[in-house]
Amino acid sequence: MYIIIAGDGKVGEMLTRQLSAEGHDITLIDRDADVLESSIEQYDVMSVVGNCASMETLRQAGVERADLLITATSSDEINLLCCMTAHGMNRSLHTIARIRTPEYAESVYAMRKTFALSFTVNPERQAAAEIDHLLKYPEFLHRETFAQGLVEIVEIRIKDENSKLANQPLNRMESIVHCQTLVCAVTRDGQTTIPSGDFVLRAGDRIFVTASAQNLSILLKNLGIIQKRMKNAMLVGGGRICYYLTQRLLKEGVNVKIIDQNQARCEALAESLPKAVVVCMDASIHSNLVKEGLEECDALVAMTGIDELNIVLGVYGSALNIPRIVTKLGRADNIRILDDLSVGGIVSPKELCANQIVQYVRAMHNQVGAAVTVHSIADGQAEAIEFVVDETTRHCGTELKDLKLRKNVLLASITRGRDLIFPRGDTYFQPGDRMVVVSAGGNVISQINDIFAK
Amino acid sequence: MNYKMLGRIVGMVLVLESVLMIPALLIACAEKNLRVIQGFGGAILIGLLVGSLLIYRSKQAKKKFYAKEGMVCVGLCWVAMGLVGALPFFLSGKIPNYMDAFFEIVSGLTTTGASVLSDVEALGKGLLFWRSFSHWIGGMGVLVFFLAIIPISGNNEGFTLHILRAESPGPSVNKMVPRMKQSAMILYIMYCVLTVLDIIFLLIGRMPVFDAFCIAFGTAGTGGFAVTNAGLAGYTIFAQNVTTVFMLLFGVNFGVYYLIILKNFIGIIQDEELRLYLTIVAGSILLITINVLGKTADTMTVGTSLQQAAFQVASIVTTTGFSTTDFDLWPSLSKSILMILMMVGACAGSTGGGLKVVRLLLLGKGIKRNSHQIFHNKEVQVIRFNGGRVGEQTMANVNSYFAAYVIIIVVSFLLVSADAGNFSLTTNFSAVMATFNNIGPGFDSVGATRNFAEYSVLSKGILSLDMLLGRLEIFPIFALFMPSTYQRK
Repeated sequence: MYIIIAGDGKVGEMLTRQLSAEGHDITLIDRDADVLESSIEQYDVMSVVGNCASMETLRQAGVERADLLITATSSDEINLLCCMTAHGMNRSLHTIARIRTPEYAESVYAMRKTFALSFTVNPERQAAAEIDHLLKYPEFLHRETFAQGLVEIVEIRIKDENSKLANQPLNRMESIVHCQTLVCAVTRDGQTTIPSGDFVLRAGDRIFVTASAQNLSILLKNLGIIQKRMKNAMLVGGGRICYYLTQRLLKEGVNVKIIDQNQARCEALAESLPKAVVVCMDASIHSNLVKEGLEECDALVAMTGIDELNIVLGVYGSALNIPRIVTKLGRADNIRILDDLSVGGIVSPKELCANQIVQYVRAMHNQVGAAVTVHSIADGQAEAIEFVVDETTRHCGTELKDLKLRKNVLLASITRGRDLIFPRGDTYFQPGDRMVVVSAGGNVISQINDIFAK
Repeated sequence: MNYKMLGRIVGMVLVLESVLMIPALLIACAEKNLRVIQGFGGAILIGLLVGSLLIYRSKQAKKKFYAKEGMVCVGLCWVAMGLVGALPFFLSGKIPNYMDAFFEIVSGLTTTGASVLSDVEALGKGLLFWRSFSHWIGGMGVLVFFLAIIPISGNNEGFTLHILRAESPGPSVNKMVPRMKQSAMILYIMYCVLTVLDIIFLLIGRMPVFDAFCIAFGTAGTGGFAVTNAGLAGYTIFAQNVTTVFMLLFGVNFGVYYLIILKNFIGIIQDEELRLYLTIVAGSILLITINVLGKTADTMTVGTSLQQAAFQVASIVTTTGFSTTDFDLWPSLSKSILMILMMVGACAGSTGGGLKVVRLLLLGKGIKRNSHQIFHNKEVQVIRFNGGRVGEQTMANVNSYFAAYVIIIVVSFLLVSADAGNFSLTTNFSAVMATFNNIGPGFDSVGATRNFAEYSVLSKGILSLDMLLGRLEIFPIFALFMPSTYQRK
């Protein structure tokens, strides 16, 4: 497909990398020639310098031939205008806009026809949902949901030698946790592998476990982790994510304290979120946080605009033994160096946003057998992909023991109706099933038949 | 420096070159010229052997590749191709001196067309074909061809852009479509279509089939090797005129032809470089026609004068270097115009050499701006080209390119003047101009009817280097000689 990406920022770059690797022709538009230059030196793509909302620039980028336009500039207004203009020039164009301003949320939804939007993404709201998700089960560093909420892949860190899972082979896992699970990937020393049954876990490993949603509490209980209800949450950084997250937490009956050092922003938050406590102060001074009752909180979310500060806050929080910690990172490539630091769960809005768009592109590119959901896990070293099996899927009805999958590809689960099936030798799949596949080692899997060995 | 990746690409290029020698080998076989067959056989074997050895040695090459490697890679590939491409001449014994053979093939690959041979017909058709075919290969660029047909590992990487930029002429080279492979493919398809058209027209002009192919290759690459001792004078007037038109066509930026495919005709008319190019051509033809009228035996009437002037101007400005007449006998003004045209060269993004019309245009605009600012030093002016702004970095690059260009001419001129042959000033200067700008024939002792054979080995080496510097636009070859290229820092 011919795709135009307007805005070569972090999201734009992430999308360029992913989509051009998947074989799409990409043209980038940005105002900054230097940024574009470094992108075209890195990826096999073309670039146009200019304002993406102007017809001339769009024409130069070949909008008449394009199949899809993704706007991810820093300004919502330009994103909207760009989509409208481009759609006016090419009626069959699909458009995806990144819209971040909360005030626009309603109008964008109601007027998607007028704005000619095929799809919108709101990274901050998505990040808020993700953080909320993580806060519910703080032991899970990541939670990805599949099959309409039936299946989850959760990331657990084996903290030390005392953990019940340390030094146990995977095939003994079921007798420890007393429920059906499947470990679909293990990250050790920064390397992600798809393990076999005799793989022995060690302290420090991060494991990715497939389980049904209702079994998550059982899994936690049997791992010796007791859940307490979240009562008080401290949110540091009063950006858009904070706004969305506070709304969610207040609805769940959690007491929220927001800390930000910008007076105007604090006032705006206090105005729009009457139930929340808003404190205006510098969060980088730790004694300030303690004074505001950090030690009594059972949740800390560090989501200021500065990654370094967020990391320090995360580490500080875990030193104070706060049970639930989530750290927001703007640059996803920083995740790798955090392997040995305990900063709790990590959320990267840009990555979430890019993943969501890639998913749309895949669905659009290949209507048949296309991925329904794609989540990149283990710092992007592996992907968990959900497919719906249909008539065109090869090997329907074949038992898995007779089937050869591609190297580094694992069938993590099959959902039939409301039933979750963990694959064994005699399992098979049939049209209508949803399956979750985990792929590591840089395989590009865009449709279901790609998982089989050639 | 990623030496393994460099080795891999050089190896692949050598294998490719060996494959490209096969048509010439077949022609030599048809001619039953045993020594030439041996020459090609030996060259192909050596090329394949060295090439596959290099590929084998660099199996696990890392893909990391940056601008520096791109430059060095292109420079190395061209030198390596010259070294292997010279072998058929040398091994067949047709050119017994290896330096001469190297000069000849570098002249071919860089689309110069300067020769060390006085009797080209004695080479036999196999070698003549290889000589002309090397123009065609070198015209659009080997590595661009490479990008079009062979998937280099990691074809999603952007490093291929460095290669395109290092090999294609012009101050700002970019892709036409997002994928490098398709971009290269489009270039080559346009190149092939134009070449085939040229061949068809030449055949209509009653040119023998073999000659038509070779002359078309020489025209397409803007090279200039002929296949008979008489140059192009032996062919029909129609065939000469066809060559005039096609030389001019191959001197145009190929991006313009892509605009035709996109049906963007306004863009073509508004192209500033094309306009200036055509103005220069038309003006030169007019001046020379008036100047030579009635001065030599070939130019007694207005018609013949115009025809000769047009042919020669097209031949020189596109840096092809074909000749239908001995323009050394022309009056001074005409010769001076031709000498200046040597510097101007063709358009960027064409197969021609020289300084390139667009650089001249930008240099002119730069001078205009700077002299204006002497009196109005607070005024802010932006240089525009084809409606868009030209970045200050590009302007700086053009200026430093021009400086390097002049320095190379001066230094080479000095070195060649030290030659034991003690040639005239015109000979030495025009020899440097004709090789560095990839034209071919110069004036006086290296004029249209003479050749470069009398120069010493050292001078031939310098002139060969000049040809490579000219074709690759200086910096890839410079990069080969910079110590900083090889330092690990």
